[in-house]
Amino acid sequence: MAANKKSDVLEVDHNHDGVDRRGFLKCMAWAGTGAFCLVQGGVMKSFSLSDRTAPWSTMAGELSFVQISDSHMGFNKPANPDVVATLQAAVSKINALSPAPEFMLHTGDISHLSKPTEFDQVKQILKSASPQRVFYVPGEHDVLEDDGQQYREQFAKGTQGAGWYSFDVKGVHFLGLVNVVNLKAGGLGTLGDEQLAWMKDDVRNLKDSTPIVVFAHIPLWSVYPEWGWGTDDSSRALALLKRFGSVTVLNGHIHQTMQKVEGKVTFHTAASTAFPQPKPGEGPSPGPMKVPAEQLRSILGITNVNYVRSRHALGIIDSSLE
Amino acid sequence: MNKLIAAFSALTIVSLATITLAVSANTADPKPAGVEVKIDNFTFTPAELHVKVGTEVTWVNKDDIPHNVISEDKSFKSKVMDTDEKFTFTASSPGTYTYFCGIHPKMRGRLVVE
Repeated sequence: MAANKKSDVLEVDHNHDGVDRRGFLKCMAWAGTGAFCLVQGGVMKSFSLSDRTAPWSTMAGELSFVQISDSHMGFNKPANPDVVATLQAAVSKINALSPAPEFMLHTGDISHLSKPTEFDQVKQILKSASPQRVFYVPGEHDVLEDDGQQYREQFAKGTQGAGWYSFDVKGVHFLGLVNVVNLKAGGLGTLGDEQLAWMKDDVRNLKDSTPIVVFAHIPLWSVYPEWGWGTDDSSRALALLKRFGSVTVLNGHIHQTMQKVEGKVTFHTAASTAFPQPKPGEGPSPGPMKVPAEQLRSILGITNVNYVRSRHALGIIDSSLE
Repeated sequence: MNKLIAAFSALTIVSLATITLAVSANTADPKPAGVEVKIDNFTFTPAELHVKVGTEVTWVNKDDIPHNVISEDKSFKSKVMDTDEKFTFTASSPGTYTYFCGIHPKMRGRLVVE
């Protein structure tokens, strides 16, 4: 394997579980320094952001949007005593993107304790971002005590059930899913029968060639179930998307960037704008990870996603706050 | 097949009897009033606690992340506890309460009231 020199071309191994460990680690290696992973026909290439010949530099996408996650407004512990400043830094980073993203996705844990002041502060800060529209999904920290009623009133008016919905932009179909309510003892994230039935109906009339973007808080792939980093019924959701040629799954929750390609599905998690968490299994728990203050912004970040019709697959670029 | 089921049921009954015996043996030990369960590193310590009826059990959150405590039979449910916040439950009737954190459901514990 190691003797097989294909330094930048990372192939998916369909004979195993779809995870190409070498490719996975390759993408992981860029985490925090800014990465670009382009997926085409099951072959993933990764480039450093410092590589000026990388194709992303010439990719003026037909659709460009940005994902932020886990702003945890209200958190004030040593891992980051100033989550306001780091969210503002994320906004500055977004405003410097070219081409300007058309909208933002926030993949949950907007707040730390579901307090109205925390929700409000995030809204206020995001008002200074260049994209006017933000599409949210809730994290478990946004649905404390009231099963997400306050969240839905503020961020997901007119949505279904616990706050799930879909929309289309430039031929791309987006599904915002909720997997943080009605969690069962001993279990992981849950989508639930009602949401899955809605989803089945929602994608029923779409063409196989329609690019699909699914966004939800907890990863829809089994990142590390021991820490609750997965969703119990995600395979049922993915089964509904099996016929589509391009599926991109964007998650948060684990406060670090990670990517996996499984057939035509690309799974990606975004960094937090608030604080990092340890790599799976490294450390006693998935609690906030304290790093030297001068390193903090190098492991917080945003994710920029580009869709070019002719390329079929979506380009995903992670960049740190500094 | 029926024989197999019968054998299995018999086994289950024997196991249950053993558990009951173990629990009754524990009731002889004196327990102090007011017991604490610490929540640290996404873990309840002790994971299993035996107390006498009427004992005040207090959970205290030592993590930088909020947690709560929900018994699976809905006998008790705490508010969300931020760092250093506490929740107290006084068990007025004997029984085994399995509980979990509703925010991080991989976190589980057991309270046995004797």
